[in-house]
Amino acid sequence: MAAAVRLLLRAGSACNASSVCAPHTSTQRRHAAHFTFQPEPVPSQYGPTQKMNLFQSVTSALDNTLASDPTAVIFGEDVAFGGVFRCTVGLRDKYGKDRVFNTPLCEQGIVGFGIGLAVAGATAIAEIQFADYIFPAFDQIVNEAAKYRYRSGNLFDCGNLTIRAPWGCVGHGALYHSQSPEAFFAHCPGIKIVIPRSPVQAKGLLLSCIIDKNPCIFFEPKILYRAAVEQVPMESYQIPLSQAEVLQEGSDITLLAWGTQVHVMREVAAMAQEKLGVSCEVIDLRTIQPWDIETVCKSVVKTGRLLVSHEAPVTGGFAAEISSTVQEECFLNLEAPITRVCGYDTPFPHIFEPFYIPDKWKCFDAVKRMINY
Amino acid sequence: MSSFTWDYCAKSACARSKCVFIGVKCILRTIVTGLYGFHVKFCTIHSWAARSSLADWSLLGVRLLRRPRPLPPCARALSPPLQQQPFDSLAEKPQFPGASAEFVDHLEFIQPNVISGIPVYRVMDRQGQIINPSEDPQLPKEMVLNFYQKMTLLNTMDRILYESQRQGRISFYMTNYGEEGTHVGSAAALDPEDLVFGQYREAGVLMFRGFPLDLFMAQCYANVDDLGKGRQMPVHYGSKDLNFVTISSPLATQIPQAAGAAYAIKRENTNRVVICYFGEGAASEGDAHAGFNFAATLECPLIFFCRNNGYAISTPTDEQYRGDGIAARGPGYGMLSIRVDGNDVFAVYNATKEARRRAIAENQPFLIEAMTYRIGHHSTSDDSSAYRSVDEVNYWDKQDHPISRLRHYMTARGWWGEEEERAWRKQSRKLVMEAFERAEKRQKPHPDLLFSDVYLEMPPSLEKQKESMWRHLQQYREHYPLDHYEK
Repeated sequence: MAAAVRLLLRAGSACNASSVCAPHTSTQRRHAAHFTFQPEPVPSQYGPTQKMNLFQSVTSALDNTLASDPTAVIFGEDVAFGGVFRCTVGLRDKYGKDRVFNTPLCEQGIVGFGIGLAVAGATAIAEIQFADYIFPAFDQIVNEAAKYRYRSGNLFDCGNLTIRAPWGCVGHGALYHSQSPEAFFAHCPGIKIVIPRSPVQAKGLLLSCIIDKNPCIFFEPKILYRAAVEQVPMESYQIPLSQAEVLQEGSDITLLAWGTQVHVMREVAAMAQEKLGVSCEVIDLRTIQPWDIETVCKSVVKTGRLLVSHEAPVTGGFAAEISSTVQEECFLNLEAPITRVCGYDTPFPHIFEPFYIPDKWKCFDAVKRMINY
Repeated sequence: MSSFTWDYCAKSACARSKCVFIGVKCILRTIVTGLYGFHVKFCTIHSWAARSSLADWSLLGVRLLRRPRPLPPCARALSPPLQQQPFDSLAEKPQFPGASAEFVDHLEFIQPNVISGIPVYRVMDRQGQIINPSEDPQLPKEMVLNFYQKMTLLNTMDRILYESQRQGRISFYMTNYGEEGTHVGSAAALDPEDLVFGQYREAGVLMFRGFPLDLFMAQCYANVDDLGKGRQMPVHYGSKDLNFVTISSPLATQIPQAAGAAYAIKRENTNRVVICYFGEGAASEGDAHAGFNFAATLECPLIFFCRNNGYAISTPTDEQYRGDGIAARGPGYGMLSIRVDGNDVFAVYNATKEARRRAIAENQPFLIEAMTYRIGHHSTSDDSSAYRSVDEVNYWDKQDHPISRLRHYMTARGWWGEEEERAWRKQSRKLVMEAFERAEKRQKPHPDLLFSDVYLEMPPSLEKQKESMWRHLQQYREHYPLDHYEK
């Protein structure tokens, strides 16, 4: 575990995507990240801001929550010393060991315990160390958390539960440190799934998840923990759930993604404009479930083309659900079949990651084909 | 299969020196070490072994529990971890952070002891006679009569609802025959504010707390009065007012949840405890291990109450575990544990009462394994004659039943007799039948309730699905039983 942490911490210091580090010896350097993070304009409506990366913006959200909600507790593996991704640094000292504490190494226990806390009225923020390890808790999430309110006739609920987990590819994570499992949970009514693209988004969306009266899973793109740096408001603020955001308006094709892949799509949009003269509308879905069907369909009605992209394997991935709904709603508006550029139907490979991921070249090529359909 | 009633005299059983709880061969003993109140002592294996005359006692815990473990009777705040001794490289003691123990220089595997395992605490014998008067909780007459009436009312309701499933009136039912003592004894030892997490065979706890017959029936019939809004199969009861968390079908999922709830309640400082019921089969689930470990490690005020009734559907205990039942697992987690005679309502009461007092005072979990026997089938979908003998079942029904044992106790004191029995039998049956007839006539809930409460607010996509269902029903209504549902 410690070795994995060290490797992951080194990932953030790689060179940016537009240059490849010149090898000094005959051995190959590890590749740089497949995108460049562009910080967004400083938000002015939420008060004074501070420079934070993504893990610091998470810490800030948790700090705000612990300060304002005396019932709030944070727990999981290794959260006490600050967490393997440093998301909880300083919180135990500040708020006490009964509020920020380690649990035994047991994900089904972590989520079950979190559900119980929430049922008893406390605000429960559970950390799963990697989204890849969420599966022992699948029964508790799907059979219990998601169904608590419905099956009890609204006598009981675990709306005060939020589960956080690092998510997505990181350059070298391989099978068990790179997964994006949102599709497994999207199939389960009763939970919300939220994935931010940046520090400002992460803090606002996480605070919305914590306040939301439904159990939420908040996936944090680990490759952005250090790489994404922005001016983030220090006070508490919320970004609404189930609202997609149009980042860039366009007329020829809609590019839809979430998390890290939004940055890839932004670069694809720039490439498409420059090389093909194609005007792309870029949308960040933000909430996977329940998702903002209206915004996406409105965009597709305008552009006539939809490209959805995610790292998770293409079969049964969430792009399939979006594709199906959009073709039902917007069939006559489509100029080309809806295209998905996703991971292959394999486990997430180690050394083959550069070939596996839906990078900007694959997406650019898909745009070209769709425009020429 | 004959219906099991409580009205059988149990005079003929000769007292056996060995208890015959399925799967656990152990010697019946009463534990008479006193601390407070009802003189019930929860033993660490170490202290029990010290008193035991069994020379071959060598349960797992003995060697491991030679660590210096303070067990003050008074409140214990967040105590430091046991292994934080100052690091001393010169000492000839093990310095490992993971365990506090001595060195040993000869190879010997610790023998798990299942031949004479953890003894079974009881207050009454099988004829309802108090064995050790100092253990008699000496509850007032009204309280004991209430125990009896609640157990028998449950039994009556079970018989009528089981029959109603057989007649096609409800879809499914699970009876509680033989386990009424575990429900009433434990429920009586709790405060009404204590939070209850159950598995599915704890209806007596809810009944004891005052859940009305009409609401039991409403849930089984899934009619408009069901607090659960008709969404779950019968016997999946829940009550916010009575602090009984709604039952769910997946087994053992409630165990780590109970630990979390207890942690929240500990932080509230309201002198409440959480109790978590489960069967010996569910105790095999990973969630049980998770829940025990979390509760002990995070110091939660929680009572784990295991109903060991001998069977998980058709699986007997010797196919469920190889160790000494569930109580023997407690010390492995650092948890105080006890095994009780679940068919002795006073033993259950005493153990739960003491566990409650100490769980709150000391912020630690307690494990009670209540030995009992599942007299009925697993459910209406089961015919247990396929895997056990009628003789075995009859023994428990006739010779060792919580209801008849309590009745003997009451009649010996002149608190109950033939006349009271006849009158109560008639009245309880009347109460149940009237509730039953009322429930039968009620309509089913409005079909809109199919769609609500998935989230707190209804998402637009679900609104659309609801509208599409109604559009469909408008056109094809004759194929749907809409007349039975609220308009």
